Amino acid sequence: MVEFNFRVGGEAGQGIQTIGYILAKTLARGNMHVHASQDYESRIRGGHNFFHIRVSENPVYGTSEKVDLLIALNRETVDLHTKALTEKGVAVFDGEKTKIEKRDPSQFDVPFERLAVETSGNKIFANTVATGAALSLVKYDFDILSEVLTEIFRAKSKQVAEDNVKAAEAGYRYTEENFKGEVACELKPVEGPRRILINGNEAVALGAMAAGCKFMSGYPMTPSTGILQYMMNKSSDFNLVVEQAEDEIAALNMAIGASFTGVRAMTATSGGGFSLMVEAFSLAGMTETPVVVVLGQRPGPSTGFPTRTEQGELEFVIHTSHGEFARAILAPRDAEDAFYLMNKAFNIAERYQIPVVVLTDEYLADSYWTVDRFDFSKIVIDRGELLSEEEASKIKDYVRHKFTESGVSPRALPGYPGVLVVTDSDEHTEDGHITESAEIRVKMVQKRVWKTKGLEKEMVPLSYGPEKAGTVFLGWGSTYGAIREAVDLLNEEGFEVRMLHFNALWPFPTDAVIDALKGSEKRVMIESNATSQLARVLRAETGIQMTNKILRYDGRPITSNYIIQAFKMEVRA
Amino acid sequence: MVTLKDYQGGETAWCPGCGNFGILTAVKKALVELEISPHEVLMVSGIGQAGKLPHYMKCNLFNGLHGRTLPVATAAKLANHRLHVFAVGGDGDGYGEGGNHLIHTIRRNIGVKYLVHNNQIYGLTKGQASPTSDLGFVTKSTPRGVVSTPLNPIALALALGASFVARSFSGDVPHLVQMIKEAVNHRGFALIDILQPCVIFNHLNTFSWYRERVYKLGEGDYDATDGLAAFKKAQEWGERIPIGVFYKEERPALEELFPAIEDVPLVKQKIESRQFEKLIEEFM
Ligand SMILES: Cc1ncc(C[n+]2csc(CCOP(=O)(O)OP(=O)(O)O)c2C)c(N)n1
Ligand SMILES: [Mg+2]
Repeated sequence: MVEFNFRVGGEAGQGIQTIGYILAKTLARGNMHVHASQDYESRIRGGHNFFHIRVSENPVYGTSEKVDLLIALNRETVDLHTKALTEKGVAVFDGEKTKIEKRDPSQFDVPFERLAVETSGNKIFANTVATGAALSLVKYDFDILSEVLTEIFRAKSKQVAEDNVKAAEAGYRYTEENFKGEVACELKPVEGPRRILINGNEAVALGAMAAGCKFMSGYPMTPSTGILQYMMNKSSDFNLVVEQAEDEIAALNMAIGASFTGVRAMTATSGGGFSLMVEAFSLAGMTETPVVVVLGQRPGPSTGFPTRTEQGELEFVIHTSHGEFARAILAPRDAEDAFYLMNKAFNIAERYQIPVVVLTDEYLADSYWTVDRFDFSKIVIDRGELLSEEEASKIKDYVRHKFTESGVSPRALPGYPGVLVVTDSDEHTEDGHITESAEIRVKMVQKRVWKTKGLEKEMVPLSYGPEKAGTVFLGWGSTYGAIREAVDLLNEEGFEVRMLHFNALWPFPTDAVIDALKGSEKRVMIESNATSQLARVLRAETGIQMTNKILRYDGRPITSNYIIQAFKMEVRA
Repeated sequence: MVTLKDYQGGETAWCPGCGNFGILTAVKKALVELEISPHEVLMVSGIGQAGKLPHYMKCNLFNGLHGRTLPVATAAKLANHRLHVFAVGGDGDGYGEGGNHLIHTIRRNIGVKYLVHNNQIYGLTKGQASPTSDLGFVTKSTPRGVVSTPLNPIALALALGASFVARSFSGDVPHLVQMIKEAVNHRGFALIDILQPCVIFNHLNTFSWYRERVYKLGEGDYDATDGLAAFKKAQEWGERIPIGVFYKEERPALEELFPAIEDVPLVKQKIESRQFEKLIEEFM
């Protein structure tokens, strides 16, 4: 078995996400590698949404355009996705509810609603019937589905859990008896290890909590709302303070206030909300207050394409805010990377006393990956120059913004006896009070701009593929999986391609990049934006030009197939 | 023992005769009388002449952005609720730029004490109208006089369900000291709108203009627990201006409502990454 692709489609409000998640979880329980992505509209009811699940015995890094099994909850899904079906692809739908005039052999009719009413007494279980039917088509172990359904619905009630299992079984058996066709392959659980199934937002939230973030303030905005909600839900059990702010201006100012007082703090938003945070971002720079901002990108400008994906904010975050000051920018590759990078983000923020941006995007935020259990022994908390009460009490005439060789000043906290912590958004003296001095101004600018010197060494991009390959694919953030797969597939075809991928972008690792690009003949920048922002940044920082660009800005994620086609048409030509 | 000397700050950059001096004196006096030490105080101030106040005394200080004192102060209080957290700023800062935060901070009833130096003008930017400038007042930005209805901070706060609403006058330091002490002892958010003459840019609302009009609420049979009466009283402006506590109500402060900080302040809690390992089971 190479891989198998499920797609569940229907209207918003039909429960696409629930079916998709249950399917993905059931497959992951069989120790398979799963990747699931979501395509949804900015509405609560109606429209067209789908959930795509790619599963394989081998690691899967990104999504795919192929469909082996389409679960259509309405007519539109059949119309839209039939063309994506593979040779042996099958579309399953409820023929009693979905009128399709001309049936073709790839279509299999299961009366979802009727079976739901007959077995569980309510048509709301129709989706579960469909889930059972789908897994029956690939001859997957029903007991695993039953186990997952029970776990998920037990929280509602035992009865609901049982009704779901019955409905799933009805769909499963009906299909066993009535399906006479053939599917691309059967799916069977494989030998361990059992992996976790987690999406980007959950990984960011869990990573932040593991990294010691105790304060989170946010204002809901797709695609980052899930981070706020996840942390909110855990706040009572895990001693977090999570506050829904009145707007994003308040959200970042709050995170800064909490951090100044001594706790690790963050906020999460999207481009529109980050635009409102711009002034506070510079406040963090000026007052040297560590803070982490998660920016889940979606296509702009303005409200843009709210539920879709893009990498349009790289240059924005590099230049965010008036004035000049140091910052760091990280961009996780996938959910696993997001978990560990949050730890890095909080450590950098405190070691250098700067704002740190974690750039995700809708694709990363909403997509699920199976990954190895997170290794908590890898979590290292480095709070940098933070002073304990005792350490601070030994310092004579403590001043918050003391000039030091590194540019980073020891940080005491308000409330320490015998110490006063004073800072100002105005230019200030070492003791934090407002000043008009030209001489102090120059020293303070130098401190704030250059204190991250050396940090670029921790921002080294990832090299992948045959070292000697003349063609280099470059990219950053969530395009990692697609680029990596494209590199593998092209090398299998006999092309020589390697990858240079960034999950940390600022301070820019100039020397490492120059080194990695030595000997390259073709340099192909792959980004989800229209203007190739990293190409511009890379050129500004290294003087190296890209020879080609593969860009996508229709709001949909870049896939390996998209890259390969563009490569063959444009780059090689 | 805490003394005024402990709070003695450096040189000020306010104009001679400024109404802000009375506020500075009152703040220090109130803190001394409450026996609060400088290291237990965190002032979060905004931008404007008012926002400079904490620089002229001794305490922890976060002098943040114009209009953004309240979110910073709110989070600071949540991060360490043992601190005495004050927010300090001008009328432009709090009622203009930061208006949305005022609304929601009142709703939260966080234990932050908010001092608004209301001089009915933008001082630091040299004399433009503020949200509280009186109708007809000619300023650099209103050559034909103010035409927008002045914002009534007392009525606004009352309408939002504020649990402590007071007005004082920087020309009456003992009264202001009393108000600050009551605010500090109050459970939850306290707004003190302080009438503060600006001797350079406001030649309408001067020391003598206020002095002729203000009278103290506590001296009659005023009941500060009657919200409707308070709202009615809040409409009084012009011939006679009431100062004192308009309204006061006992209810839990926001910091009492987070299970995470029921006992130990958030900042005193250790980071324990390993405790989150059990959450992994959710994703298995
Ligand atoms: C975002 C922003 N907008 C504008 C300003 C300019 N500014 C500084 S103080 C101020 C108004 C001052 O008035 P007020 O808050 O009443 O304080 P006062 O000086 O009267 O005490 C303004 C508009 C600023 N610093 N930041
Ligand atoms: Mg003013």
